[in-house]
Amino acid sequence: MQGLTEQLNNVLQQVSGYIYPNEVELQWSLLIVVYPYITGLVAGAFILASLERVFNVKEVEPTYRLALLTALAFLLIAPLPLLLHLGHPERSLEIFLTPNTHSAMAMFGFIYAWYLAVVLLLEIWFDYRRDLVLWARNEHGLRRWIHLILTLGATDISEAAVEFDRKAVRFITIIGIPSAFLLHGYVGFIFGSVKANPWWSSVLIPIVFLFSAIVSGIALVLILYLLTGLVRRGFEMACLDKLASFLFYALILDFSLEILDFIHRLYEAEESIKILSTLISTRLFLSLIVLQALTGTVLPLLCLAFVSPAFGRPLVRFPEELRRLVYLGSAVLIQIGIFSTRWNVVIGGQLFSKSLRGLTVYKMALTGMEGLFVSVVLLAVPFVLLYIFVKLLPPWKESSPTQPPEGAAGD
Amino acid sequence: MTPEAKPPQAIAGAPEQVSQERREFLKQCAAAAPLLLATIAVAEGVAAGAEEPNYKPEEHYYGMGISVNKCIGCGRCVDACKTENNVPREPFYFRTWVERYVITTDGQTVVTSPNGGIEGFPSTVSEKGILRTFFVPKLCNHCANPPCVQVCPVGATFLTRDGVVLVDKDYCIGCRYCIQACPYGARFLNPVTRTAEKCTFCYHRVVQGKVPACVEVCPTGARVFGDVTARSSPLARFVRFNEIQVLKPQLNTEPKVYYANLDGEVR
Repeated sequence: MQGLTEQLNNVLQQVSGYIYPNEVELQWSLLIVVYPYITGLVAGAFILASLERVFNVKEVEPTYRLALLTALAFLLIAPLPLLLHLGHPERSLEIFLTPNTHSAMAMFGFIYAWYLAVVLLLEIWFDYRRDLVLWARNEHGLRRWIHLILTLGATDISEAAVEFDRKAVRFITIIGIPSAFLLHGYVGFIFGSVKANPWWSSVLIPIVFLFSAIVSGIALVLILYLLTGLVRRGFEMACLDKLASFLFYALILDFSLEILDFIHRLYEAEESIKILSTLISTRLFLSLIVLQALTGTVLPLLCLAFVSPAFGRPLVRFPEELRRLVYLGSAVLIQIGIFSTRWNVVIGGQLFSKSLRGLTVYKMALTGMEGLFVSVVLLAVPFVLLYIFVKLLPPWKESSPTQPPEGAAGD
Repeated sequence: MTPEAKPPQAIAGAPEQVSQERREFLKQCAAAAPLLLATIAVAEGVAAGAEEPNYKPEEHYYGMGISVNKCIGCGRCVDACKTENNVPREPFYFRTWVERYVITTDGQTVVTSPNGGIEGFPSTVSEKGILRTFFVPKLCNHCANPPCVQVCPVGATFLTRDGVVLVDKDYCIGCRYCIQACPYGARFLNPVTRTAEKCTFCYHRVVQGKVPACVEVCPTGARVFGDVTARSSPLARFVRFNEIQVLKPQLNTEPKVYYANLDGEVR
């Protein structure tokens, strides 16, 4: 309490203009920036995975399982920032038990559970089932048992059963695409439906969130595929080129939507335009203009436009090594840009007063629940989980047993 | 017959013994019954006391009237509110506060509310160049269409039958969505309870037939409390004899705090 008072006193010194007295404390801090960033990665990675299954983009096949495991690793962590942010985390289950059906936020539990249990886990299970059975047969010790348990007793790998798995995966992916849209569109809706806040209140916000999610998901899988490829000493350049092209298309769409939102606000020039203009040119200049727009969007767009074969063939032909480097650089810049997007929505939306007469500041703490360290840990844990998943369920083509051992089929 | 087997008479006597025990038990129950009933009665009394036995919420529909012309910015309402409702004294938590508007001849509007106006306002340095100036008390608008109630994921904040928006602090999970959804900045997170908090129209006083603390202490009668629907209430008179405006009507929240002589600059 003492620390909080001191911190709020500092903020009070830096307020410009007039803000309501209750607005000195910023309500949603770094943890709530991390939350939409993580769900965005989940939705994006899943949509990338479905490109291969539903739309038959064969080039990106090597990333299919990696994308699914990435989505799972991040989805498992997604509720944590929300939970840690609650004033009473011990009451969090009330959202499931006694939800207020008029509240968008109350839908979180159901959408999350649906996505985790019905879509992601089921798709991964069906996709891996045949391999799990074969691995369990060939292995010994703990790994064998883990793989055997993961089969859930369904060890039939006859052609008919495997064909059923394939159909099931396709069906779940088809359900999964709208579900992924729902998962992240819903997060956008949480912000977009707050009519009290002119920075958030926009019907475009859920759609912008969705496309930025796709961008961030593809970029993350590209980074992971590249880095793991370096370790494994092998990747398919065609896959990377295709990923980069898709990244370019998604980024174009995302940027167009953001620009549309921007121009629309500027042209309508509602009551809030003055304070929002001041907000952008002062408090958000670095995170919005520099990080989100220039280095997070325009620069990678230019790089990908020139280097990737997004227009059929690359505008400039670079050697493979250099191309990979440009892809990696662009994807990292895009990640920074998308994180800035989340920051600008969540934090930016709270830096101006609802009286539209003043601006406040956000003082990010290093330690404590709302501090930088906790958020860094939350962003690091999915990578640890992903490492474990990749070890247990290798997503690489060469790890997949191609031939069932003799006499094993059809039992 | 095995040595352990009981003689027939012993077996015959068993029901007698059981029924004796039953009688004892029933006797004890009978003795304890008045105590049990008394406990239930006390518990019921406590529960009824919490709701005021003679209070009928369906007979009321509350609102507040604020006469901007009468407010002198003394801040007594802010102080009374903090005392009455045990609101943290730090200058970041207010159930009600007072704003001062100074509009200059060159069209500038300067709004201030130092510490919510609890200690009044320092005088303006010069009256030259001031076109008009006035004070505006603010509080929860107890909207008839409250966005805070809509967004609460667990229903911890709710609209009572008598038209008051309340927060159940034993149920609130502290997600702060309601604070974001309130267009008036009327809510805050209590740093002690870690739950959302706001003006209750001093509901604990209202159900006893008293007026809210801020209304009670206002030396100029700038705040009027009462039934919106009752024809003879002070609020009904206030609404009838003044030109009324509400804050941010375009948001369709249907506030029940009615301002008389509200300036267009007030948001």
